[in-house]
Amino acid sequence: MNIPEIVGAGLIVIGAGLGIGRIGGSAMDAIARQPEASGKIQTAMLIAAALIEGIGFAALFAA
Amino acid sequence: MHRITLVKILTLLFLTVTISVKAQHDTPEKETVHVESSDSEKGSLRTEIKEYINHHLLDSYDFSLFSYTNDTGEHIYWSAPLPVILFDGGLKVFSSSKFHHGETVANVSGNYYKVFHNKIYKTNAEGTINLDDHHHPTNAKPLDFSITKNVTVIFLVGLLMFFMFSRMAKSYKKNGLMPKGMGRLLEPIVLYIRDDIAIPNIGKKHYKKYMSYLLTVFFFVWIINLLGLTPLGVNVTNNIAVTLALALITYILTTFTANKNYWKHIFWMPGVPVPMKFILAPIELLGTIIKPFSLMIRLYANITAGHIVLMSIIGLMFIFKSWIGSPLSFGLAFALALLELLVAALQAYIFTMLSALYFGMAVEEHDDH
Repeated sequence: MNIPEIVGAGLIVIGAGLGIGRIGGSAMDAIARQPEASGKIQTAMLIAAALIEGIGFAALFAA
Repeated sequence: MHRITLVKILTLLFLTVTISVKAQHDTPEKETVHVESSDSEKGSLRTEIKEYINHHLLDSYDFSLFSYTNDTGEHIYWSAPLPVILFDGGLKVFSSSKFHHGETVANVSGNYYKVFHNKIYKTNAEGTINLDDHHHPTNAKPLDFSITKNVTVIFLVGLLMFFMFSRMAKSYKKNGLMPKGMGRLLEPIVLYIRDDIAIPNIGKKHYKKYMSYLLTVFFFVWIINLLGLTPLGVNVTNNIAVTLALALITYILTTFTANKNYWKHIFWMPGVPVPMKFILAPIELLGTIIKPFSLMIRLYANITAGHIVLMSIIGLMFIFKSWIGSPLSFGLAFALALLELLVAALQAYIFTMLSALYFGMAVEEHDDH
């Protein structure tokens, strides 16, 4: 592994981490506001996180 | 009655594996390979750990539990040989013990085969592998339908699931609607998949025809992921071919059960200006392939990443070589194993969930347009 690949992998991880972090944070806000809808929010959160993760992994393989 | 048959079959399976392990262990013609002593100990340790991890991530022709080097410098393998099935001008079936873990050439009725980088090549009697400039072998490769380690595990999990679910069905037949035994264990999960995954995503009208696939894929991925965390060294879902096959089934089901609304939304999306339709159609068409592709990559990459990190942490123990290494490595590995336990269930859930979502898109009816 040489330097551009390592930097690329790092950038991908930062991006995916930020994305999933934002989703998690927003889901927390939403659950705090509407605790009765927590089940639905969790499902939606997991799907969105999985989609970002999928793209992140695809990019990691390309790097 | 059924419990007894199940126990009998499981005992038989266990015994077969154990006996073959013992037989392998007791063979007098043990492979003798002397460990090469290298100059820099730390560098060789690192490469050894790396090789070990790479070896674990690959499929193999025998079910190997562990190997060690004894005092006299012999490599001792604890493993069960599996059948190798080749198609090379006729069907050739032989035991993988003929390869002696890739160290010798297998002679099958005048043809010679050798394992090189986990693939079988046809060679001459001395087992020479000719490499080209890019270090790729130029030897002929026979068509390989071998029952490898992954295939064995898939068969075993299939068998296990068959017994689990037929017992569940029988428990309902016997006790009316009161679940008992296997039914009590599995009913909540089956109900969860039906009520929280299938019905909200696919809809009450169409969910029934997809339930069998969703249940199968959920339990299959979950059990196999869990088996990957045992010390058996099972690693089926970090083989991209397996996840490709699973994603392909989702793709085929989506494509062939889709109604005309689905295709209309791909090729001639209603409600957008005509020039945009020409731009959107190829994107949407590409999207139908990207969706199962991302399913494949997600499952494969998650499990592979988990295994690599887990084994690297265990490898820390050998790199530190001081009192701090073992507790650190053990603590981290324990925490990560717990996380992997969650990931195993989560990935099975996500795969099922997204499959259900795609099926839902395929059968959605738009009355509002």
